[in-house]
Amino acid sequence: MSQHHKPESGMAARVRALEESLTAKGLVDPAALDALVELYEHKIGPRNGARVVARAWCDPGFLARLREDAGAACAAEFNFGGRQGEDLALLENTPQVHNMVVCTLCSCYPWPLLGLPPVWYKSAPYRARAVREPRAVLAEFGLTLAPQVEVRVWDSTAELRYLVLPMRPPETAGLDEESLARWVTRDSMIGVGLPRAPAPSPSP
Amino acid sequence: MIGPHDCGGRRGEGAVRAEKNEPVFHHRWERRVFALTLAMGFHGRWNLDMSRHARERMPGYRAASYYAIWLHGLETLLAECKVLAQAGELHAPSAAEVAAVIAAGASARAAADQAAAFTAGDAVRVKHVDTAGHTRAPRYLHGRRGVVARDCGVFVFPDSNAHGRGADPQHVYSVRFSAGELWGGENGGRDFVYADLFENHLTAEAKNDG
Repeated sequence: MSQHHKPESGMAARVRALEESLTAKGLVDPAALDALVELYEHKIGPRNGARVVARAWCDPGFLARLREDAGAACAAEFNFGGRQGEDLALLENTPQVHNMVVCTLCSCYPWPLLGLPPVWYKSAPYRARAVREPRAVLAEFGLTLAPQVEVRVWDSTAELRYLVLPMRPPETAGLDEESLARWVTRDSMIGVGLPRAPAPSPSP
Repeated sequence: MIGPHDCGGRRGEGAVRAEKNEPVFHHRWERRVFALTLAMGFHGRWNLDMSRHARERMPGYRAASYYAIWLHGLETLLAECKVLAQAGELHAPSAAEVAAVIAAGASARAAADQAAAFTAGDAVRVKHVDTAGHTRAPRYLHGRRGVVARDCGVFVFPDSNAHGRGADPQHVYSVRFSAGELWGGENGGRDFVYADLFENHLTAEAKNDG
């Protein structure tokens, strides 16, 4: 089988035994498990959300449809939908209002647009502190808001999932949708960061 | 259930540590736990609310890693729902089928057309939901006063659905709370928390300052 250079950990052994048992009973197909991992490791991720944000920045009609029903708009125009994105809502940042998203009870997150959440989003410090001291948490992410900006923290306590629409940076004037998408970071769509210039691509 | 998973507002947690260039999974076994949990969920022998409750009941939750909690949840559901005994009746979706199952989703929105008790602008107070079972009303909101920002529509009620007691569909409201109401005077007047709360979690408050 695979090349084991070190002994299997306790967790790995426990999970392997469970998978073998469920496979033997015909309850799971290992190839289907591979397909699920492939889907969330390589196909569904924050590049999806970045495309939605970029289009919202350049297409007022699409922005209007996102405001009306974000889930329907993402499904109709990008085919982004499904598990953990069935009921999506858009949170628009403005010069007066900054939005950030948390799930204090577990790890709710808009999978079809952002993929699976990072460890920090699922961690107790973020879940505990985002609602009590959002500005301190944002500062740890390097984002300091002016005192007059209203902070709205969205706790995902039911089955609605939230996408933050960050403000378009003024430096991006004239860029097309594809170039704009490269400015959109995962953190800016959770509300703990801002869009930023993409790292220069290596010269050919 | 007011358990260790109910983190909102808890003190003493320390800094949020973000990993640079974090991979989607850190270990092969995490990939398998994730996929096993989804694939076993496709059989429909339990629902998402039961899954969440199985995880939050885990002894040692606070010290456990995320996918260790998922593994515990899956093992708990397998034991409680007696799936192994019914294995012969169940079809495991193939690799070709899973993408369609994921894309189809499984909305918790209910078709039920029922009257809403509250409307945008109403003042409400969150009940003290002291249950040994599952609830989506977080402790830090219990007893707090907020204002309905939006009626999100009718959804399955997790507090009932997690225990196999039926969908009990009801309206969910996005409710706005001021930081001052939640945490007292030490926090700025410009911070607000919005939470999505079920009608059963809320009582009407007299309308005054909004």
